[in-house]
Parts: sequence; C-alpha cells; structure tokens
Amino acid sequence: MRLAEIRNTQRELYYFQLRLGVAGIIVLAAFAILFARFFYLQVIQSEYYATKAEDNRIFIRPIPPNRGLILDRGGVVLARNYSAYTLELTLSKIADLEGTIEELATLVDIQPKDRRRFRKLREESKGLDTLPLRIRLTDEEVARLAVNRHRFPGMDIKGRLFRQYPLGELASHVVGYIGRIDDRDVARLEEADVRGNYKGSDHIGKTGLERSYERELHGTTGFEEVETDAGGLIVKLLRRTAPAVSGNDISLTLDIGLQEIVERAFGENRGALVAIEPSTGAILAFVSKPGYDPNLFIDGIDPVNWDALNNSPEHPLNNRALTGLYPLGSTFKPFMALAALELGTRTPTQLTFDPGYFTLGNTRFRDFKADGHGYVDMVRSIVVSCDTYYYVLANDLGIDNIAHFMGQFGFGARTGIDLEGESAGVLPSQEWKRKYFKTPEQQRWYAGETISIGIGQGYHAHTPLQLALAVAALANDGVMHRPHLVDYVENPRTGERTYTKPQPLKTIPLKAESLEVIKRAMAGVNKEGTSARAFAGASYTSAGKTGTAQVIALKHGEKYVASQVDEYLRDHALFIAFAPVESPKIALAVLVENAGFGARAAAPIARKALDYYLLGKSVDKPARPAPAPKKQDGDD
Amino acid sequence: MINRFLARLSEGIDGPLFAIVCGLLALGLATLYSAAFQAPARVGAQALNILLALALMWVAAQIPPQAFMRYAVPAFVLVLLMLVGVALFGDVRNNARRWLPLGFTSIQPSELMKIAMPLMLAGYFHRHGAALRLREYAVAIALLAVPTVMIARQPDLGTALLVAAAGFSVIFLAGLSWKVIAGGSAAVLASLPILWGALHDYQRRRFLTLLDPSSDPLGAGYHIIQSTIAVGSGGITGKGWLSGTQTHLEFIPERATDFVFAVYSEEFGLIGNTLLLVLYLALIMRGLMIAANAPTLFTRLVAGSIALTFFTYAVVNMGMVSGLLPVVGVPLPLVSYGGTSLVTLCVGLGILMSIQRHRALVQT
Repeated sequence: MRLAEIRNTQRELYYFQLRLGVAGIIVLAAFAILFARFFYLQVIQSEYYATKAEDNRIFIRPIPPNRGLILDRGGVVLARNYSAYTLELTLSKIADLEGTIEELATLVDIQPKDRRRFRKLREESKGLDTLPLRIRLTDEEVARLAVNRHRFPGMDIKGRLFRQYPLGELASHVVGYIGRIDDRDVARLEEADVRGNYKGSDHIGKTGLERSYERELHGTTGFEEVETDAGGLIVKLLRRTAPAVSGNDISLTLDIGLQEIVERAFGENRGALVAIEPSTGAILAFVSKPGYDPNLFIDGIDPVNWDALNNSPEHPLNNRALTGLYPLGSTFKPFMALAALELGTRTPTQLTFDPGYFTLGNTRFRDFKADGHGYVDMVRSIVVSCDTYYYVLANDLGIDNIAHFMGQFGFGARTGIDLEGESAGVLPSQEWKRKYFKTPEQQRWYAGETISIGIGQGYHAHTPLQLALAVAALANDGVMHRPHLVDYVENPRTGERTYTKPQPLKTIPLKAESLEVIKRAMAGVNKEGTSARAFAGASYTSAGKTGTAQVIALKHGEKYVASQVDEYLRDHALFIAFAPVESPKIALAVLVENAGFGARAAAPIARKALDYYLLGKSVDKPARPAPAPKKQDGDD
Repeated sequence: MINRFLARLSEGIDGPLFAIVCGLLALGLATLYSAAFQAPARVGAQALNILLALALMWVAAQIPPQAFMRYAVPAFVLVLLMLVGVALFGDVRNNARRWLPLGFTSIQPSELMKIAMPLMLAGYFHRHGAALRLREYAVAIALLAVPTVMIARQPDLGTALLVAAAGFSVIFLAGLSWKVIAGGSAAVLASLPILWGALHDYQRRRFLTLLDPSSDPLGAGYHIIQSTIAVGSGGITGKGWLSGTQTHLEFIPERATDFVFAVYSEEFGLIGNTLLLVLYLALIMRGLMIAANAPTLFTRLVAGSIALTFFTYAVVNMGMVSGLLPVVGVPLPLVSYGGTSLVTLCVGLGILMSIQRHRALVQT
C-alpha cells in the first residue's frame, strides 16, 4: 500500500514533469516566434520602418515668400506688407472650442465677423489644424494674451505678413488686390504648373497689377524640414532645404500725384481717364471712377461690403478704363479728318457746306447746330466740331476705308497693356457686321449707318485706353508704343532691375503735312474752339478735341435700373488731348459718364491733369501716405 | 545588527528569481523614465509601486504553502462574490465595469482572481489527487469558466485571458488528457462564430484590425501601425535611451503602460529585445524548475501556473505590440507602469519563493 502510494506519487511526478517539459517547449517555441518577429522587424525590415518613422516625424514645411511691393514712378508705395500678430487656435489641442473662444473674447476684441470667418475657415480647410481666429492684434492685446497663455492650451500668437494698400481707393483699379486662393485660382495655378510654389501661400493676386504681375510679385516658396509630433505640431527645425526668395518689387510708370489730381477732379462723377507718354507708351495715369478700397478684399470681404460694391448702380468694381466700351463721339473726328487727308478724299482747304443737316435718301442727319456752320474747311470742322462735314466725309470714304484706317490706330483691338482682362471693343465694318449678326437682314450694311460712324456714333464701342493710345500715336506722329504700367521689375535683394522696354507696336505711315493739319486743328480747339474756355490761360501749347457721345441704349454689362434711367441715359462727355503740341509729353483721353457736353465736364479734368503734369501745378498737393496702421477697421 | 536584519530580510527570498526580477524592474524604470517624459512624476510613483510590490512579495514568501492551500477556497469564494458585486454595483470607468467601491478605496476583484484562481484549482486537484477523472476536470473547467466569463463581460478581455490562462495551465499541468485538449480545441474552434457574436464592437474591431491594420490607420489600426514602426525602426542596436522619435514625438499611444514595449524596443533595438526575452525565459524556467522540485501536487501546480502566467503576459503583450496578436489590455510584466498588475505578479513570485523555500519541509 505504502509502496504503491509512493510509486503512484512517483508516476504522478513523472507525468507532471512531462507536462512541465511540454510547457517549457511551448514557452521556448513562443519565444522563438517572438524573436523571429523581432528579427524580421528590426533587421530585415528595419530600413522600411526607419523610413516610416522618419516620415512620421519629418514634415517638409513651406516657407511663404514675401510678396513684392508696388511703387509709383516716384517711389510712393501703393502696395506693401506689414507684419502683425494673429491669434491662432490649434483645434486638436482644444477640448471645448466654443468655451475657449468665449474666454478669449474677454481678453481680446472678437467680433461676430471674426467668429463667422473662423467658422468659414474651419469648413473650408479640412485637415488644417491651426487656424487664425483674430488677425492684426494690437500690441496691448498681444501682451494680454501672452500673460494668459498658460490658460489656453492650443492657443498661439503668430507673426505674419499682411498686404496693405496704404492709399486705399486711389489707383485701386490699377493696383488691384490680393485675396485668399480659391478653387479657380488653384485650377489656374495647376494649369501653369506652379501649384507647388503656392504650398505655403494663402493669397494670390485677384485683379489689377496684383494679378497681372503675380509671377513677379509672389516670389519663390522656400522649404524647411521640421520635426513634428503626433499632433502635427512642430517640435524643432531640422534644416532649411531651400530659403524663400522674396517676390520682386514693381515700379510703375504711373505718377500717383497725377492720378490723385485726376481722381479728385472727377468728384462724384463716374468715368475714366488714361494718360500716356506718347514716346514710350508709359501710362502716367489710369483712372476709373468710382474706385473701391482694395483692403476690403484681402482676407475675404464681408457680405455687407460685398453687396454694397457689387450691387451699386455705379459699378465701382468695373475697370472702366480697361473694359468699359463707349462710343467716341466727336473725339473721332480728328481721326476721320486724318483718314481723309491720307486717302486723298479731302484737301485741308476743301470746303464743305453745312446747312445744319445732311440728307441721305429719306433720312436727314442733323448737325448739333441747327442752322449749320455754313462753309467749313478741315481745320474749322474740327475746331467747331461740325457734324455735317463728317457726315459727308464718311459717306465719301465708305465704311470699309474708315474701318481699315482706324484699325491702324488700334481701335477695336486690344492694346496689349500689361493688365489682364482688357476689352477689345468694336470697330464696325461690313465684315464685322457679317460676323457679328446672324440673319442676312441684320448682316447687311446700310449706307445710313456709315454716316453716324463719321461722328463717332453707331456701332462704335471703344475703351478709354484705346482712345488714349490712338491719341498718343497721333501725337507721336504715327509711332505707337505698347501701353504699359510697369516701368521696371526690381529684385529686392540684388537691386537688379528689368525695365519694360518701350515696345514700338507699329509705325502708321502718315504724311507730315497731314499730321500738321490735324495737330493745328486740335490746337485750335483748345485755343478758340469748343474747349477754349477750359484751356484759357494755359502756359503751354495743347491740342484737344471735345466729344459728346449719345447713350442711345444702355450698353451691355449695365443693368437697367428704372429710378436711374434718366441720369444713365444722359450723354457721355469726352475729351482727348496732348501737350505740348510741338513735342508731346502726355496724351490722354477722358470720359465722364452721363455728364453731358465734353467741353464742360471732361475738358476741365484734362486741363488739371496737363497743368499738374507739365507745370507741377496743383491746387492741393497730393497727400503722402500715412504710416501703416496696426489695425484697420473693416479690413477683414 | 544590520547583518541580522539583512539576513531576516533575505530569508525565503529566492536568489536567482530575485535577481531576474530586479533586472526586469530596472529595465522597466529606465524605459518608463523615457516613456513618461511628459509626466516625470510617474517614475517616482512607479518606484513606490515597486517597493510596495516587493514588500508584499517578501510577505508572501514568508507564508508557508499550506496556508495558501488552506485559504484557497475561502479566498476564491470571496473574490467570486466581489465579482458578483462588481457586476451589480461596480463603478463604470472607461466604458467598463471593473471597479468595486469599498468606501475608502476601490479595487479590481478581477486582478485578485489571477492569484485566487490557480490556488483554488491547485487545491481542488490536490484534494482529489489520488484519482483524477474526467469529472474532476469538468468541475475545474466550470470553476475556471464562471469568473472568466464574468470578467470578460465587464468587459476586460485582457484580464479574462490571463485568468483563463492561469487556470488552464493548472488544469493542463494536472494532466488533462490530450484527447480532451484536442477535443476541446476543436470545440472552441467550432464555437468561434458564436464567440464572435458575443464580442463587443471594439473587440471585434481589434481583431479585424490585426488582420489589416492599414484598413483603419487613424482609428483602431493606429496603435498597431505606430508600435510596429517603433519596433522596426529600432533596428539592431536601437535609437538609444531617451532618443526614440516615435516615443518622444508622441506617436505611441499608451506608451507607459500596455505599449511600453514599443518604447523599449525602439530605444534598445533587437539587442535589448533579446535581453528582455532572455530575462523572461530565465524567470519562467526558474519558475518551472521550482515547480518540478515542489513537494506536493498543490505546490507544483501553483508554481507551474505562476511561471506560465508570466509567459502568457509576456507573449501576449510583446506579440500585440509587434503586431502579431490583437490588441488586448495586457501589460508587459514587471515593466509596464501601473501598481495593480505589479502587485499581483510580485505576490505570485512570493508564493513561488515560498514553495521553493519549503520544498523539503513538507512531504505529505
């Protein structure tokens, strides 16, 4: 019994130790598998996982470049950058976002529009974790936030560069504005294959020079490698792969003093003025009234301001000088007269009798002077702006001769100015009519239509820029230069300048005698003609021509607003001029919408412009820009 | 005087086992120092945990194995009642009902079950030692199943797994026939679909994620992807202590507790991992050796079970962190931050030491 028990115990022990052995083998096997796994991960695959770990921690961060400045010809800053602090929130580190914003609102001024914009940014920028809640903090606010920083995990105060247009509305249509990059911009950037250069950029030029010179202004984005933690926050800078290269500054041919004189001279009137240096094509003033404050657009315009600008019957966002299409009225007459001389249809002394009207078939075309000007020669026809002379002349020249000759002056074609979005306009001809209209009835050219063309009415539709360029070409004896706003592009680091070379577009073959007649006639206009009063007492010689263009129908692009119909159906006042007559330094075209006679509304503006440019004379000196404010109301 | 004190202190302490444990605890503290760089207080807290656990180990080592056997049944019943208490009015923390409020403090009865279960089953087998039949095994399996299911339903899959492993290792070492083991395995495999249905959503996700971590890289797969990257990027020699990028840039979640092995592995590489495997292997083998030399069935089974518990802990945790096994809440024994498992494990080690100390004394 006892022996059996012991044997039993020994067998039990044997079985137990057998089981222990099995367990030991299982343990060894499992540890072998673990070791194999570690060997696989840490030896065979270690490079792969090392790369993954690097990818995890290293983030290639773009460094946005500083945008170039925009300066006028005298160095006055039209667009610049200034650094200011923004209050940014890192969403992943904030548990109660609304509560945090409420608490922050007790420290800094957070307007409903800031909250609206923040909400919009959150919706738009999925994946982006750090977003600005308030921009342009005051120094006092920065101090308050810094002191309370520990209370707000996930809150950061960051320095950033902001775009600013210190002159506000002045020259707004030239400078344009930048705005946040939207889907259309992205598409454009991708098409141009420069998307990568905008990795760190939030803004892009939207209109004006900001848009046209985007490539120069933007600069080259730099890159740096930074170490980030799992939350995407930057822990430290590892190395700078490529430094950011600032955008180039652009210096304009524009004279901001002249620009301001003109913009003031317009007063409350709508219209446009383009002034060009005839010998180079340099644009001296480029006005479209009314303007707008481009600062409103930089960080997203708020709905109230947007509606006000967009729905205004005055269409302040339209660049009238560049895209507005107008009939030329009597400012077309000097060009008609020149055509007559060049084509041999008239001699300067040949007289035309004006009884006050011209009859073609059953239609009677009236002169603005009901009892007529009697016998007029070419010079007198321009000086007194005789309509009948040009009715007859147009009839004699024929539409296609007119169209061909005027085409040489650039009418009805884009001028090639360095601003995007230019309108081509319409230079009517038989061919144009065939292309433009659909039915054969509409496509036919009627002889009566040629008659109105003679005084710059009818199908004519031209931009003030086109007219100014034609005047400049006339002043420059037929040598036409491409109009340009940018004088040179300057690399801010090296100071290297790339000038816009005067680019002769064409030389219109014109006889000196013909030019002499026309210039003499236009000088007569300012001396004793329709604009004599506006130019009384000028100490320089000048040539001009008034014009009054009938607004027969509202032009396309303008809405019909019943309450405004009367005002908006009034005639446009026009004036073209260049001075001095012998060696023109400036040529210009003015258009004042619905302002009646050119002599009364447009010529005085031209006079002020010429006085300022040629004599440096100005009633009130243009104010120099004030230093940049840290915070601007209504800016965001 | 001091010598006598030290002699008393070292009485009953198994030298080799203690050396291995100290090695593991030291590695654990060093790794924790790196992992808890954002919460340095944890290192001090863990040092206190270690002192407490070692004290309890010493106490357990002084208690003779007979005492453990005597109190095995009441202890088991008490812990089982506590588990019922948890199910009825336990505290819910992190979506799980694991804690029993005791007024002045709260405890996790499921942790106590890790000790109570092997003691209970070993005692049960010991009493029926002469003739172990299928009936005894069936009873043992029932005794194992009830608390395991209760713990799994809290839910606490990790602890349930450890309790089940501790109990099953007793049954296995007690000589459950291979046929039953094979049949049982087949039955378990067959009932997997039913088991699947009983799992919680997050548990299912963990299993699915194991099969393809990239299917949910920012959700359930994130832990596995990031810890595997940490292990793999450690290479042979590791990135060096305090230099793990995955660790210090916070890519590793739970890096002080269940995923501490990712930190260790990233900083010490394959060499460090091998050292850790060797230490665990030594600890387990020492435990199995104690079991082999133990005088009674009870002590053998308890010793073997405790040794194999370390095995389950270590394999499940390292397998999970290196992407071999699904994510279950099992800490790396003696290394992970946290007092509860440390205390349980050290009490187990104390029992092992007691068995080793009393191996020649009792031969009943």
